[in-house]
Amino acid sequence: MTDSKYFTTTKKGEIFELKAELNSDKKEKKKEAVKKVIASMTVGKDVSALFPDVVNCMQTDNLELKKLVYLYLMNYAKSQPDMAIMAVNTFVKDCEDPNPLIRALAVRTMGCIRVDKITEYLCEPLRKCLKDEDPYVRKTAAVCVAKLHDINAQLVEDQGFLDTLKDLISDSNPMVVANAVAALSEIAESHPNSNLLDLNPQTINKLLTALNECTEWGQIFILDCLANYTPRDDRESQSICERVTPRLSHANSAVVLSAVKVLMKFMEMLPKDLDYYGTLLKKLAPPLVTLLSAEPELQYVALRNINLIVQRRPEILKHEMKVFFVKYNDPIYVKLEKLDIMIRLASQANIAQVLAELKEYATEVDVDFVRKAVRAIGRCAIKVEQSAERCVSTLLDLIQTKVNYVVQEAIVVIKDIFRKYPNKYESVIATLCENLDSLDEPEARAAMIWIVGEYAERIDNADELLESFLEGFHDESTQVQLQLLTAIVKLFLKKPTETQELVQQVLSLATQDSDNPDLRDRGYIYWRLLSTDPVAAKEVVLAEKPLISEETDLIEPTLLEELICHIGTLASVYHKPPSAFVEGSRGVQHKRLPGSAGSGESVESPDTGSAAGASDAPPAVIPSQGDLLGDLLNLDLTPPATTGPPPPATSGLQLGAMDLLGGGLDSLMGDESEPPPIPLRTDTPQSPQVLHQSPSPPDYSPTELGGDLGGSSAMGAGFGAPPPAAAAAPFSAPVSGGLDDLFDLGGGVGMPMGAYSPPKTVWLPAMKGKGLEISGTFARRAGVIQMEMTLTNKAMSVMTDFAIQFNRNSFGLAPAGPLQVLTPLSPNQSIEVALPLSTVGPVMKMDPLNNLQVAVKNNIDVFYFSCQYPISMLFVEDGKMERQVFLATWKDIPNDSEAQFQIADCRLSSDAASNKLQGSNIFTIAKRTVDGQDMLYQSTKLSNGIWVLAELRVQTGNPNFTVCLKCRAPEVAQCVFQSYEAVLKN
Amino acid sequence: MSASAIFVLDLKGKVLICRNYKGDVDMAEIDHFMPLLMQHEEDGLLSPVMSHGNVHFMWIKHSNLYLVATTNKNSNASLVYSFLYKIVEVFTEYFKELEEESIQDNFVVVYELLDELMDFGFPQTTESKILQEYITQEGAKLEVTKTKVPTTVTNAVSWRSEGIKYKKNEVFIDVIESINVLVNANGSVMSSDIVGSIKLKTMLSGMPELRLGLNDRVLFALTGRDKGKTVVMEDVKFHQCVRLSRFESDRTISFIPPDGESELMSYRINTHVKPLIWIESVIEKFSHSRVEIMVKAKGQFKKQSVANNVEVRVPVPSDADSPKFKTSTGSAKYVPEKNLVVWTIKSFPGGKEFLMRAHFGLPSVENDEAEGKPPITVKFEIPYFTVSGIQVRYMKIIEKSGYQALPWVRYITQSGDYQLRTNV
Repeated sequence: MTDSKYFTTTKKGEIFELKAELNSDKKEKKKEAVKKVIASMTVGKDVSALFPDVVNCMQTDNLELKKLVYLYLMNYAKSQPDMAIMAVNTFVKDCEDPNPLIRALAVRTMGCIRVDKITEYLCEPLRKCLKDEDPYVRKTAAVCVAKLHDINAQLVEDQGFLDTLKDLISDSNPMVVANAVAALSEIAESHPNSNLLDLNPQTINKLLTALNECTEWGQIFILDCLANYTPRDDRESQSICERVTPRLSHANSAVVLSAVKVLMKFMEMLPKDLDYYGTLLKKLAPPLVTLLSAEPELQYVALRNINLIVQRRPEILKHEMKVFFVKYNDPIYVKLEKLDIMIRLASQANIAQVLAELKEYATEVDVDFVRKAVRAIGRCAIKVEQSAERCVSTLLDLIQTKVNYVVQEAIVVIKDIFRKYPNKYESVIATLCENLDSLDEPEARAAMIWIVGEYAERIDNADELLESFLEGFHDESTQVQLQLLTAIVKLFLKKPTETQELVQQVLSLATQDSDNPDLRDRGYIYWRLLSTDPVAAKEVVLAEKPLISEETDLIEPTLLEELICHIGTLASVYHKPPSAFVEGSRGVQHKRLPGSAGSGESVESPDTGSAAGASDAPPAVIPSQGDLLGDLLNLDLTPPATTGPPPPATSGLQLGAMDLLGGGLDSLMGDESEPPPIPLRTDTPQSPQVLHQSPSPPDYSPTELGGDLGGSSAMGAGFGAPPPAAAAAPFSAPVSGGLDDLFDLGGGVGMPMGAYSPPKTVWLPAMKGKGLEISGTFARRAGVIQMEMTLTNKAMSVMTDFAIQFNRNSFGLAPAGPLQVLTPLSPNQSIEVALPLSTVGPVMKMDPLNNLQVAVKNNIDVFYFSCQYPISMLFVEDGKMERQVFLATWKDIPNDSEAQFQIADCRLSSDAASNKLQGSNIFTIAKRTVDGQDMLYQSTKLSNGIWVLAELRVQTGNPNFTVCLKCRAPEVAQCVFQSYEAVLKN
Repeated sequence: MSASAIFVLDLKGKVLICRNYKGDVDMAEIDHFMPLLMQHEEDGLLSPVMSHGNVHFMWIKHSNLYLVATTNKNSNASLVYSFLYKIVEVFTEYFKELEEESIQDNFVVVYELLDELMDFGFPQTTESKILQEYITQEGAKLEVTKTKVPTTVTNAVSWRSEGIKYKKNEVFIDVIESINVLVNANGSVMSSDIVGSIKLKTMLSGMPELRLGLNDRVLFALTGRDKGKTVVMEDVKFHQCVRLSRFESDRTISFIPPDGESELMSYRINTHVKPLIWIESVIEKFSHSRVEIMVKAKGQFKKQSVANNVEVRVPVPSDADSPKFKTSTGSAKYVPEKNLVVWTIKSFPGGKEFLMRAHFGLPSVENDEAEGKPPITVKFEIPYFTVSGIQVRYMKIIEKSGYQALPWVRYITQSGDYQLRTNV
């Protein structure tokens, strides 16, 4: 007889029937009834109406029945909180039952009843169970503390359960220790600041002892807990490693991975020249390889983590290429991961084997796998220079198969190979062109068009080829359209005579007939470039491109370090920061690998690979992953570094960023003289960026172009309202109709972007100035600091002979010339004066730092006043730090020199904030977005050469910004913060 | 830390049984599992972990069931998968077969087991031998007072109960080596390794202390006794009963064994072995007319040994028909549902060479569906022999009652993942 009979009760009056049976006097009937109730619950029927009747069955000496009733309670208590109280008495009683199974069952179930009202009744029974003589009860009670903490943290703290839990770490029973560790870790994870797990050498020693005796799961809890510890020195680190390594021989893959995590973290602290370090490295490879014979899901987890390990310590697995060869019956997710690791391990030594395998894979049937295999061949070519030729010929072989998706994928990667090895493999272009017609995927079409445009001078019929694409221009996807536009412009610049018509055709298609703003803008820019200065256009469009570099999809070093500390977890499977798994992403402790011990180790041995040195040296490679450091769009607008005032006629394109006075209103079109000095990014992708994971190179990406133009907002703000007709004139374009659109962009006229200048305030009231009232402000205009004052004569007599002097001040501010009040100031008259200031005067530290004491003299008397200037006017124009320098400096400045501030109630997007700040010479170096939170990394430089580095965190929808400032002169932080606030809020 | 809830679903995604351990993930989230799985499958992005909003599903499939763990935290994924497989193991030992029917037929025990296996997302006791001592399928028959927690649950020796008694004390040791080979279409061996496993069937009374001696080269180097052939084990994995730190320090394999059958250890050996059964194949496909297959199998092992139950599985196109075979030994059979020819040789002596020819017709209308290139696979067993040469030197059994016990050892070598790629 099986339990399945319980699922087949009569439909009619079921609840009623059950009710009667539950209240039966016969024990057996009661039990049967409870089973039926549970069966109904299992299939999803609502049997909550039976709550009181089921609870009545709770007081039984039949263990099986009791378990079923408890199960029912766990499911329905939340929906019947008032009735759940009925159960409390039985719980309390059961916690004192002579049978430890029942005591444990009661304490385990109690914690699962997440009803606030009854939690306080449970404290006493729990306290007893925590001290129970039977370890089975104690280990269950330990977990119950974590459950209770989840429901009511305050209660648990008030009752002192946390301390009891900590005491259980010293329990004599290893199972109890393991559960106590698990419970504490769980609580600590949700309350990162609680400092619950203050791990010290004594507790570590206890944990390591328990490690040898507890179950496999307990071993995982302990190892995961150990991974949070940071040893004091390399000796301690080594001794822990020695005691953890035996776990690598455990049959449970999860134990092995957790042990690998601890070892990977702690070996960071070992001196690299230590023999033990080498031994440990050698010990790690075999267990990692063995994980690949585990169940496929565990293989997958292992492979995702090996991917991280290979990036951090490539030497561990460098001889194990073969084990990553794909087997026919591997699940697709295992195949794809193996492929990825194969490429990471590819080197000159094994490339022949790898290529043979990849070629084999490229003839499989699974389309995704085949595509990735073809792409992998391209990556090998770029990574291992010696193999490039072989890779190219392999790709050509594959193109000959004429399998459609293989051909397309091959063309995409060949384009990358051209970017890496220009002028080397162009002989294959003819073969590629043969396949033009079979390309139906945008990426492949775009790649092919790029190739035709780039090598137009060698392809006799380039114009015909491109023209053929032009026919269906509007049906193409944006990336193809953009690429086609660029390619035809390239062609025109190379062979101007035959292709004039073609270029006009594409320009008008792009500018008039398209409603895609990126396409239209790129079209206009080319148009303008070509019409104003073809030579410059050539320089810009045909500029030499930086080579793409090899390691492309490396994980950003700090993220990599964090993920290494979380080996085995979902974060390391997804390769996402652990904070992504916490709602609100607040209160997460970012784990970092510990620094290595001793002084001599600060330089990583070269064989650890370029990505490895993150903790102690600036990374050699800026990773290209757009999600982290990428998105530098706004930066492209940054004006070229100028120390002095910028040239009076700024070029049109720069207006958005540079136009301080709104005086550059001569507009984009009015300024005919200079071509834009910033190279058009359409053809010059940013140098360290390489393009494998993001499937298209930057020159295809429509957003990129949007960025080049500074985004229409910045642009629109910069323009005044140029008279459309006049502006159109220099444009020798055949049609001007579409152009009006362009001017409309600027038509709205926003506020001029520029350095923030506070409104004038009264510095010297007339009362104190014997009738002279001075109000003023400071501003930075075109790189020059100005003190702008309004002098008002409120006295009865004329004032003359004005002069001004400053006391010594923090930044050496001094008048750069005399106070220019040329005409005598009559009574009731005001005059505006702008006094240029220099920063070369005598220095004395003031308090507050930005205090300035001024003396003004006139024919009546000398008046003294003091005022405070916004420190932002000292921010110089060349305050944009190189990214590498920024990274290094940020790391270099000790954390205690970091100051954090909140800016409340600021309703700007991160981009708008960045633009605003840039107007005041606070430059955004990089931006990354994590969980909807934008982090802007910014630098600014004071006139006295002090650099201030900032991290501005903007959470979408949250008007409160956080600014972290790092500076070698921390005393300026407060002032800088005030400037931030002032700039952002105005 | 790990799972918030565990679900057992049928193939349609209907929940058969579930257990909510933490209450931090809405149990209704499981409704997204099936659609998500189908979406992933359609996109060719099948993955053992999937997300819906901030809920992550980690799943495995067993017969006609999905076992799914949900979480919204940064859980230890490897622990979760290990645990899910452990559930399969425990349920299988309880119900013989783990499938839809056995879940329904035993739902009360399943609930009890789920309660005991995991608490608040932390795996607890997962040794089915021990669980069977206090969670039984005939729960009703047991007197309540008798159901006590076996001390084993919380003992350091959590895998063996006290008070076990046998009349005759014996241990059976099986040394099983599986050969994994991957051979390229041009006949070069891409990778090969040996995965060995030492299995015990323990029928010993009391709490015996066992020590197993192998001809492990590292051990012999440590002790300086270098007699005869030794074996280098690349990586060794042990059952939790083996004292790992002891092994780490002096390579001694010492343990108190679980009762009955268990896998004591497994090892991996990297040495390049000659594929024991070598296959040469010529497969010629004449489109629209026929496929001709010639397979030569050669036993590359000692003449005295014999491989049993050899099966050579040769892939054929899915639209092949009218098979004809000719074999120099054994029999060939067409298995259309797997698109295979299976050539079976009951007994294959070392050093011998056999031949099989097959002929298939192909339809004149070509199958336009692309087919993969499945490899030829081979299955075999060679008793009384290990490729690596590993040997059990001794098995010492000491129990405080001082009984005499006999160890019995058996060796067998078999095919593991044995694949030979073809040209077609």
